[in-house]
Amino acid sequence: MKAAVLVFPGINRERDMARTLRLISGRDPALVWHAEKELPAGTDLVVIPGGFSYGDYLRCGAIAARSPIMDAVRAYAGKGGLVLGVCNGFQILCEAGLLPGVLMRNENLRFICRDVYLRVERSDTPFTRGYNAGQVVRVPVAHGEGNYIADGETIARLEGEGRVLFRYCSPDGMIDPNWNHNGAINAIAGILNEHGNVLGMMPHPENHVEAAIGPTDGRGLFAGLAEALERAA
Amino acid sequence: MKARVTVTLKSGILDPQGKAIEGALRSLGLVGVSSVRQGKVFDIEIDGGDRATAEALLKQAADKLLANTVIENYKVDVLG
Repeated sequence: MKAAVLVFPGINRERDMARTLRLISGRDPALVWHAEKELPAGTDLVVIPGGFSYGDYLRCGAIAARSPIMDAVRAYAGKGGLVLGVCNGFQILCEAGLLPGVLMRNENLRFICRDVYLRVERSDTPFTRGYNAGQVVRVPVAHGEGNYIADGETIARLEGEGRVLFRYCSPDGMIDPNWNHNGAINAIAGILNEHGNVLGMMPHPENHVEAAIGPTDGRGLFAGLAEALERAA
Repeated sequence: MKARVTVTLKSGILDPQGKAIEGALRSLGLVGVSSVRQGKVFDIEIDGGDRATAEALLKQAADKLLANTVIENYKVDVLG
């Protein structure tokens, strides 16, 4: 795995992400500053971490989405390169037009910082091959704007094409408004682009990978990615 | 040249911030407020050029950055 973690002013989860990538793949990712125009040669995974790029000015992720490095990410994704956006990274991918829809203010207007349960909808993607379809995983969220919406046609397409990879659910995997913390439509927590190589998700799998901290349900995502990349190599 | 770009949420898009403001206005005892939607105003100065060029420039600015047209509408006013 030759990962590149993008760094924007105001991002604060890049070191958590780098630590997890190193832990799982045994290799340090490159940290790539937003003003760069190119990704390191041979990059096979781009990760946009969480935080508050540009202080969430204008709209969450709006300014980061227009930074120079994003043109390189767009070109890389256009060639099928794997991209993972977590939290603010998901917001940036939506603002950059790499994923459809928008993350709106949480329905209850509160910043939500807690563990949530996610149902993994598919296991046949590079991002979820480390899980079983229908498996419930416990990972943290920390966001004020995670309430996913898109127009009806887009939602119908996402659902019809199986591009919803994660949904907020109860501990036993039921979709229930009481467990849909931010009010996202169809309890959507993570979606794929139409070519299946770009994933955006609000929760932070990178924070649940070490037993010393608690649950390790986030490992599957990174271990699966590492395996997918090894096989492709 | 001075101009103003006004960005508003499309109808049908839930606006929890507007709702909270609406509630606060009611709690202040301001009767008659039936709904609040929050938007953004950008006051922009443009170097020289004519009105049509300024309008085209601001339209680009709004499409590319100031508004997210998935959820927002915008209006460009060149004030002269």
